[in-house]
Amino acid sequence: MKRSGEPLIRVAKKTELSGGRLALFSLLGLCIAIFVGGLFILTLGKNPFAVYQSIFMGAFRSPLAFQGTIKIAIPLLISSLAITLAFKMKFWNIGAEGQIIMGGIFASYFALFHDGLPHFLLLLIMLIAGMIGGGLWGLIPAFFKSRFGTNETLFTLMLNYIALYLIKYLTEGPWRDPASSGFPKIATFTANAQLDKILGIHAGWVIALILVVFVFVYLKYTKQGYEITVVGESENTARYAGMNVSKIVMRTMFLSGAICGIAGMTQASGAAYTLSEGIAGGVGFTAIIVAWLSRLNPFLAVIFTLFLSVLQKGSSVMQSAFGLSTYVSDVLEGIILFVILGVDFFTQYKLIFRGAQKHD
Amino acid sequence: MENKRQDIPAIELRGITKRFESVVANHNINLSLKRGEILALLGENGSGKTTLMNILAGIYKPDEGSVMIDGEPVTIHSPEDAIRHGIGMIHQHFKLVDVHTATDNIILGTKDTGFFLKKSRHNKIKELSEQYRLFIDPNKKVYNMSVSEKQTVEILKVLYRGADILILDEPTAVLTPQETQKLFEILRHMRDNGCAIIIITHKLGEVMEISDRVTVLRKGESVATVNTKDTNAKALTELMVGKAVELSIDRPQRKHDGNLLEIHHLTVSDENGVDKLSDVTFELNKGEILGVAGLAGSGQKELCETIAGLIKPRKGAVLYHEENIIGKTPAEIIKIGISMSFIPEDRLGMGLAASLGMTDNMLLKSYNKDKGAFLSRKEARRQAEGLIDKLEIVTPGAETPVRRLSGGNVQKVLLGREIDSNPNMLITAYPVRGLDINSSYTIYDAINKQKEKGVGVLFIGEDLDVMLELCDRIMVLCGGRVTGIVNAEETTKEALGLMMADAVKKGEGEQ
Repeated sequence: MKRSGEPLIRVAKKTELSGGRLALFSLLGLCIAIFVGGLFILTLGKNPFAVYQSIFMGAFRSPLAFQGTIKIAIPLLISSLAITLAFKMKFWNIGAEGQIIMGGIFASYFALFHDGLPHFLLLLIMLIAGMIGGGLWGLIPAFFKSRFGTNETLFTLMLNYIALYLIKYLTEGPWRDPASSGFPKIATFTANAQLDKILGIHAGWVIALILVVFVFVYLKYTKQGYEITVVGESENTARYAGMNVSKIVMRTMFLSGAICGIAGMTQASGAAYTLSEGIAGGVGFTAIIVAWLSRLNPFLAVIFTLFLSVLQKGSSVMQSAFGLSTYVSDVLEGIILFVILGVDFFTQYKLIFRGAQKHD
Repeated sequence: MENKRQDIPAIELRGITKRFESVVANHNINLSLKRGEILALLGENGSGKTTLMNILAGIYKPDEGSVMIDGEPVTIHSPEDAIRHGIGMIHQHFKLVDVHTATDNIILGTKDTGFFLKKSRHNKIKELSEQYRLFIDPNKKVYNMSVSEKQTVEILKVLYRGADILILDEPTAVLTPQETQKLFEILRHMRDNGCAIIIITHKLGEVMEISDRVTVLRKGESVATVNTKDTNAKALTELMVGKAVELSIDRPQRKHDGNLLEIHHLTVSDENGVDKLSDVTFELNKGEILGVAGLAGSGQKELCETIAGLIKPRKGAVLYHEENIIGKTPAEIIKIGISMSFIPEDRLGMGLAASLGMTDNMLLKSYNKDKGAFLSRKEARRQAEGLIDKLEIVTPGAETPVRRLSGGNVQKVLLGREIDSNPNMLITAYPVRGLDINSSYTIYDAINKQKEKGVGVLFIGEDLDVMLELCDRIMVLCGGRVTGIVNAEETTKEALGLMMADAVKKGEGEQ
């Protein structure tokens, strides 16, 4: 090629991949990510195989470790399902964090001040309160979006901070545990307000699995699910078909927030037995990655949640076993996620190099 | 450019083949174009015209075959490259900066050396204007220009870059018949000045009028090249379609009486308070096809959407069986027994959900008819499969996302669904856009059948020849105003054109 009018690399859109090919691509992305993560470990002078093994063992080596892994997975899975609902509608809800917190706050109110109720009634009330709390936090941005056309991304993001500082206020103010001398914290829930364990892990995992099936069926087989899909495809088409778009957006965001609220409730009453600033701890953001990687498929979300939970749980073991800094496992997790998302790009686009003969 | 020898073709394509994945868009295409000649490239949608021209414009590269310019083989890598070879493309959708003047647009992107703009640019533009009789006000801003002025700027833009081989992609689609005549005069003049011109079109009348030779493409192959003076419209159609076709459209006698819809003083403003429709009054009768003619953006979209309940008018009434339906939601309009089948202009954005399959798209208006929380897909699947058979829709299956279907098939899905819903009134905008000739006739037949059943049809069209044959009456819209309602049998294309243009001038006068 004598002339250089053609750019070195061009990006071109691919023809669409079928479902099977897409799944294969996701798997390939996972493998490449693990490989690149391995290179990073190598630069630290460690044996990648040994490190990966210790991560894996760290997550599964004992019943206790396994329970720890699942405990990480529960809120992540539940909130990724919530985000799946919103994203299906192309409502970019990045406020799961705040919705989890609000769910936790609403549920904790009953745990702290009405713990005299019968155990199961109390838990049911806490669950419903959690759903209402999270749901309202999801409804607010939906209302403003359909009424005034506000940007939901910024709105939901900002609501996260309001929720977070609300916990701080409660911790240092009205809900402060008088028994804790000096250190501001909210009291530990009494046993009556603690979520029961099933097979050694708090019942949140059962709720999460029920929600997986619920979200799948809801999106695929119900009229409301169909409406969500159509609104996500095109609001104009939805209006043309006689759908009330504002109503659908608000209803769906209430539901999305409510599911996050469930995550908040199970975290408070099943994992922490109290309400603290760390109740969401970034889960609401990681859940976005899970929902995206699983292409809004609830069953795939289970797989990606497990993968991330194993990585997170195992990394903490790995860093102590190899004497690495705490940040190393964060960097490793970051690299792996980045590569997976990067590979995702190639499911839709391909690169064409200068002078390449195109025989595709 | 005058010195170049006339006998060597300006452009010669030999055996051009271009594949996209498994689809062969161009197969072994041969074409040649001399200077001082206008070549029409004729073919149905999907016959590969645009792909071929994009190869010349440097957007695609051919998989096989060679491009020769002035007898020398070349490889065109980019649109910039194409301009260096003297090839300029005028796209159907103008690529101009609205807030800039004509001059600024013309010099945009040129690679003159030096830090400052050269004064000489004004002279050069003036020279070109005079040489080719392309008269524009160089200081007029694009947003103040009419469509044909914008097109003139586009042409000047490529001439300024030194192009003498011009490719025009459906240049008359947005012009009135009168503006088209003006454009043709310019093109003839350019031809006489030694330019080589390719005009892409599917309007046979224009091919016969403007071109010296015609190359016909069919299914990605160049099936014939003929001298225009040795052929006629019928022969060209046969080449294009591959078999003999009947070119006349039926207009069955009206069998129904009575009024279906009355529109009174309808005025619609957009969010900036600009009137998109002003004081529109007309009526639609049972069993009648009322054509709506007008340049793109004359208020057709607003008219359709107001009747369908999607936008609220500022004032006016829409009476359906003497009941005012203004203020009702689309769902209510469907519910009170008006089944208005509205086929929107923007198919995928408004009539269909692109990622869903045909089955789920059939459900769009009927999903809420049954009680209960769950969807029932059985009926819809049957309906989808029925349509695939009846309208010969090409799709891998009823569950394939409609986004992956070709434009013509998307069109059939939409129209099929609307007609299947047994409407009393059918609003359709550009129902044959993107369809091949045979499918177009299938659609005309389907619309005529609706008319015979007593359905009132509002037919928003763009091809005046078709409307004159198909419609009972034609209403002309321009600048949101009704500039005339005429009987189709008693009018001519020129008369319609005048009504379309008349309103354009009024609109300009106001600005």
